Amino acid sequence: MFYREVGQFKTSYAADQAIFPIAQDRWFVIAVALVAFLVVPFFVDAYLLSAILLPFLIFSLAAVGLNILTGYCGQLSLGTGAFMGVGAYSAFKLMTMMPELNLVIVFLASGVITAAVGMLFGLPSLRIKGFYLAVATLAAQFFLVWLFYKWDWLRNYSATGQITVRPRTFFGVLMTGESAAPAAKYLLALAMVAILALGAKNIVRGRFGRSWMAIRDMDVAAELIGIRPLVAKLSAFGVSSFYIGVAGAMMFILWLGAAEGGDTFGIQNSFRVLFMIIIGGLGTILGSFLGAAFLVLMPIALSDTMVDGLGLTAAFAKHLEYVIMGSLIIFFLILEPHGLARLWQIAKEKLRLWPFPY
Amino acid sequence: MTLSGILKSTMVAAVGTVLAAGAASSYELVIPGLEFRTGPYAPNGIPFFNGYSDYFTMLNERDGGICLKDGECAKIKYVQCETEYNTQKGVECYEKTKSEEPSGGLVYQPLSTGITYQLIPKATVDKIPVFSMGYGRTSAANGKVFKWVFNFPATYWDQASAFINYIGEREGGMDKLKGKKIFLIYHNSAYGKEPIRTLQALAKKYGFEFRDIAVDHPGQEQKAAWLQIRREKPDWVLLWGWGVMNQVAIKEAASIRYPMDHFIGVWWSGSENDVKPTGAAAKGYLSGTFHASGADFPVHKDIIKYVYDKGKAVDPTFKERIGEVLYNRGLVAAMWTAEAIRTAMKIHNTVEIRGEQLRDGFEKLDVDEARLKELGLEGLTIALKITCANHEGPGKVAIQQWDGKKWKIVSKHYYEPDHDVVNALIKEDSEKYAKEHNITPRDCKS
Repeated sequence: MFYREVGQFKTSYAADQAIFPIAQDRWFVIAVALVAFLVVPFFVDAYLLSAILLPFLIFSLAAVGLNILTGYCGQLSLGTGAFMGVGAYSAFKLMTMMPELNLVIVFLASGVITAAVGMLFGLPSLRIKGFYLAVATLAAQFFLVWLFYKWDWLRNYSATGQITVRPRTFFGVLMTGESAAPAAKYLLALAMVAILALGAKNIVRGRFGRSWMAIRDMDVAAELIGIRPLVAKLSAFGVSSFYIGVAGAMMFILWLGAAEGGDTFGIQNSFRVLFMIIIGGLGTILGSFLGAAFLVLMPIALSDTMVDGLGLTAAFAKHLEYVIMGSLIIFFLILEPHGLARLWQIAKEKLRLWPFPY
Repeated sequence: MTLSGILKSTMVAAVGTVLAAGAASSYELVIPGLEFRTGPYAPNGIPFFNGYSDYFTMLNERDGGICLKDGECAKIKYVQCETEYNTQKGVECYEKTKSEEPSGGLVYQPLSTGITYQLIPKATVDKIPVFSMGYGRTSAANGKVFKWVFNFPATYWDQASAFINYIGEREGGMDKLKGKKIFLIYHNSAYGKEPIRTLQALAKKYGFEFRDIAVDHPGQEQKAAWLQIRREKPDWVLLWGWGVMNQVAIKEAASIRYPMDHFIGVWWSGSENDVKPTGAAAKGYLSGTFHASGADFPVHKDIIKYVYDKGKAVDPTFKERIGEVLYNRGLVAAMWTAEAIRTAMKIHNTVEIRGEQLRDGFEKLDVDEARLKELGLEGLTIALKITCANHEGPGKVAIQQWDGKKWKIVSKHYYEPDHDVVNALIKEDSEKYAKEHNITPRDCKS
């Protein structure tokens, strides 16, 4: 009844090609963005900002990155954790070598470096496909983590193998380290994620996105209609790694403040991001956010209700949390194999007919 | 029972509770427990955190909490948060518990070097002490730079140095170390890397050959490392492991018949969990420690009486295992924490202390033999005194040996580390940290 596009006429190509062609969608997204930018940082406490929302934003960005590669281009990757590490170590080196560098430039440059590394490890994708490619990216994961430990120069010869963030400001506001206001970190992360996600949405709607999807759906056919697999696959690896690298740099600089090769960027992170896009929905930008929300917020919400609400012991609640999370994942995948984003789409379609479905 | 009856009885019960609580203050001391009872390190986390929480529960039940003087007590509110030994979850737990009412998180004992590294800058800003007992960042021993971090009674560097001193004694003099081969097998993380620099410095000083072999998390795959040891036949092997890695290392050592009494583990590689899976072949294995094992100390009797027999234990099935190495370690950690709280109460003359005041308590902590006896821990651990500049305490390390049934301290005395070597390294590292983070070291004169 409220959600209906009756009377919304498109009079130009631009209006027809808008990201959100339906006015209600557009207003909803604008409202969410306004709340996220103007209300949340001022009315939400520091714990929620720094321990929940910040990781959510960072993992969303990483999931967007992986979704470009796996969801849109169909190349399965298990190297996400290590690529985030490449972003983090690049950011660390850039920060310490050029202390005056603006943080946003640090983020973007780390993304570019990660993109280069990603394209290098993407080369095998021209010859191998599917599970075999997954194994090749798995090799990248282990090789890079090994490199983080082995190459002392990467961490400025710190004896412990850790990299730690240095105090840096962003236009006069302290952004890194513990003295920085959580709201400031959150706003910077949110702005980065919002702009980059908008960029991703536009890339996947454009020429590159279409060539990726063509490769995903059938690479031989794509080649026959004139799409060059080399360009399409490597550009997918490059763009995807760029996003993942920026996410890794933000994870190190804004969220954790200190990081260590295998502990922070290990295989478990690769799987975590992969699960996010599978649960959220392969091949959708919205799905990346929904999946990240599900995997970051859900366990915390569950353990909070069980420990604080029901009074269970922390360890028992943790075991129960594994059981519940596992069942929920199976439940969602059976209910809707195309992920949470598809559920959302179905809900929207139902809403259009409501209250008189036929 | 009628409705009014129920009401009456509840009111009587309520009044009764209030009266029973009596003089005790309603203020509670929040001690967050960043526990890991799940995941690959759970076998080590469970005994430690049982000891840690049982001691606090025992104080609550026996003394009504921690008291400034008779009748003026504050109960301890132990808040569990499960970290799975995962750094990111640890940080989340810290953020969640640090402002827990009423006192706010008073002191953090994460039992993880990775989490400690994350918490050091955070806690410094939030003015909450971190008590990384015998783990964490070694150079935090320099209280001039690390005002909020305490890592007594000894650091990894002390321990590495004490091991070399012990080896020297077994070999018949430090000059006999020349030309010997000493290998280190370590957990490939900030924790495992801690002793490397000290051992390198000592290798130069005494002229032994030192080599380090990394084992990746979680440490189940060590075949390559032990193959290398079988080939090179080092005279001594040191182990810096944790969790399942320890069991695997000891099993592998047994399978290549490496002499167990030439194999020394750090004090996180020397508990019942580590040796029992290997069975009789583990007999003779050595490890560092700063306290005894066993449950025959008066404090254990109180714990059984007030905690387990009253059904207040977090983990009631643990009763049989009280006195294990890691249980006693948790107990000792809780004892020093409680004593620091008591000291802070005395300094500030109130039971309502917060993290900032507790730091003063840690810095003036003085638990001597007489006090240990009063607490029922005589002979369990060493006496120590903390000062503004020295946050690592005495730095003394004993060596214990597994005799096939239990751990027994075999060294005749507690070994002193090589203070020249260790202190120089601590100074260098902490000053580098101070420079990187714009910290002006305190002068510690007042």
